[in-house]
Amino acid sequence: MKTIFAASVPGRTACRVVSDAPGAAAMLPAGLLRRTPPRLPECSELDVVRHFTRLSQMNYSVDANFYPLGSCTMKYNPKFTEYVAALPGFVRLHPLVAQLEGGAEEAQGALHCLYETEQLLCELTGMRAFTFQPMAGANGEFTGVSLIAAYHRAKGRQRQIMLIPDAAHGTNPASASLAGFTVCNLESRDGMVDPEAVANAIQQHSDNVAGLMMTCPNTLGLMETHLPRIVEALHAVDALLYYDGANMNAIMGKLRVGDAGFDVVHLNVHKTFGTPHGGGGPGAGPVGVSERLLPFLPAPRVVRRQDGSFALNYDLPQSVGHIGPFYGSFGVIIKALAYMLRLGGEGLARASEYAVLNANYLKKRLEDVLEIPFRQRHCAHEFVASAPEGLRALDIAKALLERGIHAPTIYFPLIVHECLMPEPTESESKETLDAFVDAVRDIVLSGRAEPEKLHEEPRHLPVRRLDETAAARHMVLTEDMT
Amino acid sequence: MPYIPHTPDELQHMLSVIGVRSLDDLFADIPASMRPKHYDLPQGSSEAAVCTHLERLAAQNRVDGISFLGAGYYAHDIPKAVDALAGRSEFYTAYTPYQAECSQGTLQAIFEFQTAVSRLMEMECANASVYDGGSALFEAAMMAVRSTRKRTLVLDAAVNPFWRAMLATYTANLGLTVRVVPHRDGVSDKEALLAAVDNTCAAVLVQNPNFFGVVDDFTDLFAHARSCKAFGIISVYPVLQAVLKTPGEMGADVAVAEGQSLGMPLSFGGPYLGLMACRKEHIRQFPGRIVGRTTDVDGKTGYVLTLQAREQHIRRAKATSNICSNQALCALRALIHMSLLGPAGLVRTAENNMALARYAVERLTALKGVALCNSAPYGSEVTLRLPKPAAQVVREAMARGGTPGYPLGTAYPGMENCLLLSCTEVNDRDQIDELAAILGGLL
Repeated sequence: MKTIFAASVPGRTACRVVSDAPGAAAMLPAGLLRRTPPRLPECSELDVVRHFTRLSQMNYSVDANFYPLGSCTMKYNPKFTEYVAALPGFVRLHPLVAQLEGGAEEAQGALHCLYETEQLLCELTGMRAFTFQPMAGANGEFTGVSLIAAYHRAKGRQRQIMLIPDAAHGTNPASASLAGFTVCNLESRDGMVDPEAVANAIQQHSDNVAGLMMTCPNTLGLMETHLPRIVEALHAVDALLYYDGANMNAIMGKLRVGDAGFDVVHLNVHKTFGTPHGGGGPGAGPVGVSERLLPFLPAPRVVRRQDGSFALNYDLPQSVGHIGPFYGSFGVIIKALAYMLRLGGEGLARASEYAVLNANYLKKRLEDVLEIPFRQRHCAHEFVASAPEGLRALDIAKALLERGIHAPTIYFPLIVHECLMPEPTESESKETLDAFVDAVRDIVLSGRAEPEKLHEEPRHLPVRRLDETAAARHMVLTEDMT
Repeated sequence: MPYIPHTPDELQHMLSVIGVRSLDDLFADIPASMRPKHYDLPQGSSEAAVCTHLERLAAQNRVDGISFLGAGYYAHDIPKAVDALAGRSEFYTAYTPYQAECSQGTLQAIFEFQTAVSRLMEMECANASVYDGGSALFEAAMMAVRSTRKRTLVLDAAVNPFWRAMLATYTANLGLTVRVVPHRDGVSDKEALLAAVDNTCAAVLVQNPNFFGVVDDFTDLFAHARSCKAFGIISVYPVLQAVLKTPGEMGADVAVAEGQSLGMPLSFGGPYLGLMACRKEHIRQFPGRIVGRTTDVDGKTGYVLTLQAREQHIRRAKATSNICSNQALCALRALIHMSLLGPAGLVRTAENNMALARYAVERLTALKGVALCNSAPYGSEVTLRLPKPAAQVVREAMARGGTPGYPLGTAYPGMENCLLLSCTEVNDRDQIDELAAILGGLL
């Protein structure tokens, strides 16, 4: 399809700005002005509407397709949350209003929302407090490890080592090194973080271990059964435990990470709390802390005054500072709040129960189709499988696309051979899961019969398989690069 | 059960297929000692009840008065077609386009966004966005640190203080030296900036217009930085960028911006949008997602995520950044917004707002004791010196229905009497007259 630039007609415009202002040259010296106007699209409103409507039709989405992308929790995004986030009293509010003298009085509703969301998240996770500043999960990870760094610094010591299991998301080591830590990789055993490996790492690095980043259930979709021993080992040397909330959708009401001994947690509201993924953001990555990390949270914090009204507190001398400019992705947080209020405690726990039910059902039904490691164990909200001998995960994924189903996550975690990771979520019905099983079975059978045909999939989508090597080599990243 | 489709019969059938008796049996792996000690969340509510609750809270925020508050974040008119198109759920309920064949809509839109941003900045490349203006500034600084292998940054104090605060937090554990160069009455001190940049520097970071609204040209500074093998990094205001000298023409290595003003509502601080553009020679240091054009097996044009070898899911601890989810839907909004306005619309918006700022200066400096803070050229935002503390004036004016701007004393000690006033197309001359009347009664 033509780009919007190729469809542009010089002189056409959708929004004619009516103004009696003089030209910029009458207001500023010529040396401060650009030579020619930016070459943006010149289109009518209908041109623009038709272009983006057609583009939208080239996407798979939760609203149109089963989207079992493991680790991403592509659950249904309730429509009413879009409505509440778009209320004029929220979208028109300037973030700095609350920071003006007396300004908090003008933003009481917004501050109330943040406070209420924090209370709900604290009760859900067993943490002491939350900050909403982190603007996505990875930004939350960075915040969390920065808090760990601040904790050790406040104790007058520089600890360099962050322990990270080999199955962890790539963001974990990237975030840790961005915060100045050296990453120590922990090898898994039987799909679990190995308490022996943890103990060895602690011994090897003696007083230098700052913390451990864990995903639980882990990225193999398995509950970490050695958790109590690991928590004990870390806390014995005053190292802290970070909970990566990517898989929080498996444990609501079943495990409170604060009770389990974690010191800091980030949540991905676009996964667990039904806020839309937006084609890759915006998300929000609130970070919760235990009592000992409370002094280090980013500033400001929303507090409740004695008269019940809300205010911002900047008096946080040990704070790590500012992770975001204001109070995080407020428009996204509102959707998460609406979702939590709608479901309540029972509904959130039920979401996890049915997410786990759907994953186990799918795993069971696929046992004779795919190779499933750890099949003797129940999985959490997702599971991993390997493509059967002779078939590739990539080919199965592409063949699913051809059948109108988004592929599971593939080739992650790295420690599973030809890995496929389906995560059905609680939103999906039994017939959708059965249809997925039928599709995979059909693909595997036809792939065994005619493997070369599978390499040809997909055939009927807007494009077929794309040349990624050429894309990286030629680097055509804008309309102007050829 | 909200958002869960299972009937009781289906539940029983599925449990029996799995071979367990109850849902709770599926959680047997969680040790008893780890079960919740407490779980006292409220009962669920109907959709209508939640809406009513949040409608009431939204109504408690005062958003009806006239406002000249900007400081890097601006109220702009957003064409309704932006909401209509970005509100298509084929866009907003998709995820990162890992599977290119079924994500061409998102991928082509990002490619077009990259094109629009690079053309606005007159830079060669742009990425698929980062979180906001502050994180974009930090990521740009880190590109310079990695590329030059030097660890000193020169930072203009006239760069937005919220982003400077973020930069300080993000670099706290990295052992970098940040030399902050003071401004002079809101004007960037270019001689001091030139003097501060030497061969030990990784980058110099400036902003145009700067936080005080002053429009400048940093061509000489960037040329000097280049001779010191340091990056020239500039943050711009996208709306005024339609008329101002571009980062490309100034010779910047990396250009960044807070993209909120391109179709994102203020929304109490987010979600916003970080724009990043750079010279092609720096592409391997670029953070975040990048979309490239290629062809499929039939030779048909298509789009893919590319240069992924830089990214955290491949490189892990050695990645150029930890960013994963970015602001794709905000980037889409910005692209649609720019497509609707076109070059003429964006240029005229910039000119209209600059003209309004001039009218505001004319009206307000006619008040006793009010003067421009400096005589430098300005855009659509300007710093005024008042005869008394600006925070107090703002407070009193708000009680009379108008927010005159941002008082600078907190961010810039010594500037307690200074007010940063912004004009956009949501303001008009009548509002400026009204503001002049309010301030006239207060000063």
